[in-house]
Amino acid sequence: MKIRYQPVVPFDQEASNRQKDEQHGLHPDDVFLKPGRIPHIWCPGCGLGVVVNTYINGLKMANLTIDQSAVVSGIGCTGRVAGYLNMDTYHTTHGRAVPFATGLALTRPDLSVTVFSGDGDLFAIGGNHFIHAARRNVNLKVICVNNFNYGMTGGQAAPTTPVSAKTTTTPYGNSEASFNLPYLAHASGAVYVARWTTFHARQLVNAIAETLTINGFTFIEVIAPCPIGYGRPNKLGSGLDEMIYYKENSLVQNGADPRHVDIALKGKIIVGKFAEEKRPTFLEEYDERILNKFRRKEG
Amino acid sequence: MSDSGVLTGEHFINGDEACAEGAIAAGCRFFAGYPITPATEIAERMARRLPQVQGICIQMEDEIASVAAILGASWGGTKSMTATSGPGFSLMMENIGLGMMTETPCVIVNIMRGGPSTGLPTLVGQADVMQARWGSHGDYGVIALSPSSPQEMFDLTITAFNLSEIYRLPVLVMGDELVGHMSEKVAIPAPDQIQLVSRPRPDRLADTFLPFMPNADLVPPMACAGEGFHVHVTGLTHDEQGYPVITPIVHERLVRRLVDKIRLNAHKIIQLEEIALDDAQAVVVAYGCTSRTAREAVQCLRLEGLKVGLLRLITLWPFPEEKVRQLAKGIKSFIVPEINYGQMVYEVERCAQGQAETILLPFMGGTIHTPEDIMAAVREVLS
Repeated sequence: MKIRYQPVVPFDQEASNRQKDEQHGLHPDDVFLKPGRIPHIWCPGCGLGVVVNTYINGLKMANLTIDQSAVVSGIGCTGRVAGYLNMDTYHTTHGRAVPFATGLALTRPDLSVTVFSGDGDLFAIGGNHFIHAARRNVNLKVICVNNFNYGMTGGQAAPTTPVSAKTTTTPYGNSEASFNLPYLAHASGAVYVARWTTFHARQLVNAIAETLTINGFTFIEVIAPCPIGYGRPNKLGSGLDEMIYYKENSLVQNGADPRHVDIALKGKIIVGKFAEEKRPTFLEEYDERILNKFRRKEG
Repeated sequence: MSDSGVLTGEHFINGDEACAEGAIAAGCRFFAGYPITPATEIAERMARRLPQVQGICIQMEDEIASVAAILGASWGGTKSMTATSGPGFSLMMENIGLGMMTETPCVIVNIMRGGPSTGLPTLVGQADVMQARWGSHGDYGVIALSPSSPQEMFDLTITAFNLSEIYRLPVLVMGDELVGHMSEKVAIPAPDQIQLVSRPRPDRLADTFLPFMPNADLVPPMACAGEGFHVHVTGLTHDEQGYPVITPIVHERLVRRLVDKIRLNAHKIIQLEEIALDDAQAVVVAYGCTSRTAREAVQCLRLEGLKVGLLRLITLWPFPEEKVRQLAKGIKSFIVPEINYGQMVYEVERCAQGQAETILLPFMGGTIHTPEDIMAAVREVLS
């Protein structure tokens, strides 16, 4: 077989440098963002920018540097978070961020590994991985941005879509029950469970900073507007309207029983830190129960 | 056992156990797997042995997670492996693609059993060899090795780790149930006699480092997590910076390199065993457990005075195109016994280019060909 290749255009180093020079370094937080990656791909009114900002501020509050941190994402709008952060970042396959991050966290326990992904990625295709990582108490900080639908593919139903909500695959209203994510995380063994909305930016920064100092599998659900994919078919208005909705309809209930924090369409949203407990991590147990048997005596 | 944890000396162990020992000798310190017959003994051996060398063995929730975890561990800078059989291999295809796209060194072992579906869990098959080549969607180069004895399960697992580090990709060890469960003598050298290779590393500081800019051999140096390089690793089409760029121009450049880094280095990768080929009129092409039967058949036929040889494929992928093309010019027939209904035979026939006839001896699995099956086919051709 003979091969007649298409011509290949080499990488343009100068154009890349130009883009970085022009766009990077203007904002004090640019050190946290990969040079030349902004503007981002998210829609106007999307909540993901707020979540990235709160993560950056959470890192600062927890005194973690970009060199001590790694972010793993799955697929979808939230899956794109990894690509904007100026640290070691891994944009994996759909639903598989948690097991990828498990391998990374177990071999680099010195790093703070955060998993950023969406509700569909983490709880539909990746649901099994999530519950098992929580059960094992792998030292992962999971931040789930829940916008109640699949945004990247254009607004389909997710396992979080409330009953009666309209999406492109539930045109007559969703007939399925939805997951209560904090309850699922708590029941699976997460050592820290909280929910905030993108309106609660201050509380979210505090929560992220708090989880970054905890050794174990932590879970924060962030309710975020998706005015294009979810807001429009359900007549929720613009991104700003959704933020106003969060402001007026959120109830802060720290310590609320996770069993009772379901979210209904146009219902109240219970937010707060629901649960925190201490439990040995996978590595602590593995080290004490297994590796310790074979550790060479010092000296 | 040596100080480094390598099980030096001669041992009577099965192929699965030899594979695990090969991994440990190669420096593997992270194993993630899921139980499946006939590969379970690899996970069991790793669970017992890895803690002895301060490594981690984790039983994941499925094979999808197993591959995801070893990719994560590899980016953490640790040599990593998983092992499975057909049904698990099918599940692994998604993240094998991620490993190919992100150029992540690791080793994936498939102890083949009869398929499709649940098939013959405890019995031999060789029907996953085309899946090894084309199983995950999209184009990429593949390295797949075919051990034919417990000794080779040990040796080729080390080779697989070395190749995965040199060419930065998941390397597939395509064993089979027979070789995995067969016990034979395995000689394990002293650690200083085992040649190990490590992935190419960045030769410059982070501010000018391009994580996917290849060296002359088309392989980019690898910066692992926590080393200050702030690498973005994505399954999306990406440029030399690692940034996603969804254009035909960048896709052409990236995917061609993923294919060419194996295609253009094939002569350095391919290992073959050639037996009695010099004057051969018929050549049996075989691999894995089937090559053991073929060897017996060729030896018996030579005693009868028939001019027959054996080309044993140690490397299945990349396929030894040049060797088969060259043989085809001087022989009458290729005879290809496989425990499937024709997979590697397509490659043989393609490379024979009509210059020698190609005869498939298929067998759907559960047991192996007898030497008589192969001998009868050769006699027919050469009579």
